Amino acid sequence: MDRRKSLKLIATGALAGGALAAGCNADDKKADAKKADELKLNLDRYEPELAHEKALAARGKFFTEAEIATITVLADIIIPKDEISGSASDAKVPEFIEYIVKDMPQHQLPMRGGLRWLDMQCLKRYGKSFTACTDQQKIAMVDDIAYPEKVKPELKQGAAFFSLVRNLTATGFYTSEIGVKDIGYAGNAPNKWNGVPDEVLKQYRLAYTEKELKECVKFDA
Amino acid sequence: MGDLQIKKQPKKYDAVIVGSGAGGGMAAYILANAGLKVCIVEAGPLYDPVKNVTQFKNPWDSPRRGASTKYRPFGDFDACYGGWDIEGEPYTKASGTEWDWFRGRMLGGRTNHWGRISLRFGPKDFKRRSIDGLGENWPISYDDIKPFYDRVDRLVGIFGTQEGMENEPDGIFLPPPRPRLHELMIKNAATQAGVKVIPSRLSILTQQLPDNKERPACAFCGQCSRNCSYYKADFSSPNVLIYPAMKTGNIDILSNAMAREVLTNNEGLATGVSYVSKDDMQEYQVEGRVVILAASACESARLLLNSKSARHPNGLANSSNVVGKYLHDSTGAAVGGVIPALFDRKRYNEDGVGGMHVYSPWWLDNKKLDFPRGYHIEYWGGMGQPAYGFNWGIESLNGKFLVKEKKKEAGGYGASLKEDYRFFYGAGVGMAGRGEAVAYEHNYCEIDPHVVDKYGIPVLRFNVKWSEHEIKQAKHMKETFKEIMHNMGAVITWGGDDGPENNYGLNKPGEIIHEAGTVRMGDDARRSALNKWSQAHDCKNVFCVDGGQFVSQADKNITWTILALSMRASEYIIDEMKKQNL
Repeated sequence: MDRRKSLKLIATGALAGGALAAGCNADDKKADAKKADELKLNLDRYEPELAHEKALAARGKFFTEAEIATITVLADIIIPKDEISGSASDAKVPEFIEYIVKDMPQHQLPMRGGLRWLDMQCLKRYGKSFTACTDQQKIAMVDDIAYPEKVKPELKQGAAFFSLVRNLTATGFYTSEIGVKDIGYAGNAPNKWNGVPDEVLKQYRLAYTEKELKECVKFDA
Repeated sequence: MGDLQIKKQPKKYDAVIVGSGAGGGMAAYILANAGLKVCIVEAGPLYDPVKNVTQFKNPWDSPRRGASTKYRPFGDFDACYGGWDIEGEPYTKASGTEWDWFRGRMLGGRTNHWGRISLRFGPKDFKRRSIDGLGENWPISYDDIKPFYDRVDRLVGIFGTQEGMENEPDGIFLPPPRPRLHELMIKNAATQAGVKVIPSRLSILTQQLPDNKERPACAFCGQCSRNCSYYKADFSSPNVLIYPAMKTGNIDILSNAMAREVLTNNEGLATGVSYVSKDDMQEYQVEGRVVILAASACESARLLLNSKSARHPNGLANSSNVVGKYLHDSTGAAVGGVIPALFDRKRYNEDGVGGMHVYSPWWLDNKKLDFPRGYHIEYWGGMGQPAYGFNWGIESLNGKFLVKEKKKEAGGYGASLKEDYRFFYGAGVGMAGRGEAVAYEHNYCEIDPHVVDKYGIPVLRFNVKWSEHEIKQAKHMKETFKEIMHNMGAVITWGGDDGPENNYGLNKPGEIIHEAGTVRMGDDARRSALNKWSQAHDCKNVFCVDGGQFVSQADKNITWTILALSMRASEYIIDEMKKQNL
């Protein structure tokens, strides 16, 4: 039995229950293979790289439906909708996490084990898995693991897991269209660089020297 | 497998060039424009920046958001095919030694993604042995190469400023871009520490070249590592040399062609190159009057060492036994952190050109230091395009600083966390040294007697160790960087705790990807592989025009000197052919 399969079997054990069969049957596999064959990426790929990408797409999902449901709840707690931008799930962060964890084996065990750790904690506390908890219970659980410097010693593994989910969520969100707009990245467009805007120079009490103004390239506004 | 046959390419060339990066591209350009028939043998696939595009993509155009893979170690948008680990093409290391070997595998090789840092070697850089007694002097001086640097400046284009520094020769420069905000802060902080900061010298067209209308000026997207598909405003071998020279009709390219050996005749002269096609796995030969190696320092050495014959029993061009030796890379060490003054900053587009707008050339006198040879400093920071890893590790940042005047607990979630991400964006800063290592005979690559690659070609075994000189240089780098960061009010978040236990954070040899020295030139045929024209002492129609020919590599990125030396060697070849010496 390979490592991935055994992990999957362990995961079918207690909590996640019936949801687990999904993503494993033959029809789904065929569909994945077909999708991989039609894989279109909006960027240059060379031959072995494209083959790698197709193999990745054909491999089927890493997370079970129950796991991805937990990830979605956590991601939306970490990045909720606010007055400036949408939530993590608005930005398809769970889909990103599914892909990147499949792509980067180093995240697989910490994510799978961390998700199980979370469910076991909730089972002990509330007799339910994390997603089955009330909103209040979920937040109480998250509060206990969201602050790594003040976490109780017996919950440190949970804090490490939550930090990983927070980092994956943030990196996924701020590299999405919604997130790039939120953070205010203003580039990736042809322009003429005329230096730091005047009001910004003033704010920091900085100025270009005569030499710089003379020797650097400048453009009409 | 059936019968293995060797197929001969029917066309006979004036020159067969192995490799298509800076050295190979320039040789092809010069020779083809002089009317010679040129064949380029390239181990990777064809690549045309105009068609194979990653420029101006958004982070979400990559499913991994620009993260790296073994196929693109510098990220999903980077323009270089190849990497540290190529399927079927291993290399080995002697035990207790370190070497990381990055190989480009595509038309244009590493020129498609490099940093465009285009520094001339200075007069002292060619005569280091005379100054510190270490290594060897070059057989040429700055005056020999200066006219070629000038012509490379005009042909390829470079920005910079006239500074009049003795060992950092000025060139024929386009105007540089104005410094970014963090670069103004760095300039003040470094100047306070006695470190000179000047506009960087990058081969990027901030204006159009006076006599080249094929390449528009830079549009300041900051994405030179993706190659300039839309404006051809930065230097890559395909955009600037190979495709323009293809218009002569004098260049044929054999792609996915892995060179096996340089072929020689009974007189010991080269007749061409044998190669295996990665497309059909068949064996081929291509003939040329001269063979020019430009496969990268280590691949060129490997080819020569694998080209054994009765006339060249120790490998071609290797009666001196120096091929593979004197292998050296740039040194490297870095620190990074945040500038609290830049928290909560105003947003605007500061992509600028790809890479830094200012840098620090070596500013000290080694006579007063405990190590020989210098380093330059490269800087980064600011409001870059988000990619995988962006906003990672907020838990080590948001508990340390007041966010909008509020004290927060490290980590967290929710609307408060979103505020933190916005608050810290664009405050990052960092710097790295790139220094000169001493080229030693005992640092080398050789043919591994036990291992072949998937094509049956014997592979390289590396045997390289840093000396005390490089380690002391890294220590000096770290001390300098800490002082600059301190002067700037920056807080170091990584690279600040290195010490003797890890060589002060000195990069492993090979990691900076400036390898050179393995086919070095010299006046003494017993102690060098090439003469001062990049021509093999032992075989007059074999040349090596890549980093292999370097005697030492200064604290200057080597590409500009590869271009100048390749241009010089190519014109020598034309001249010698006219005189019927070749």
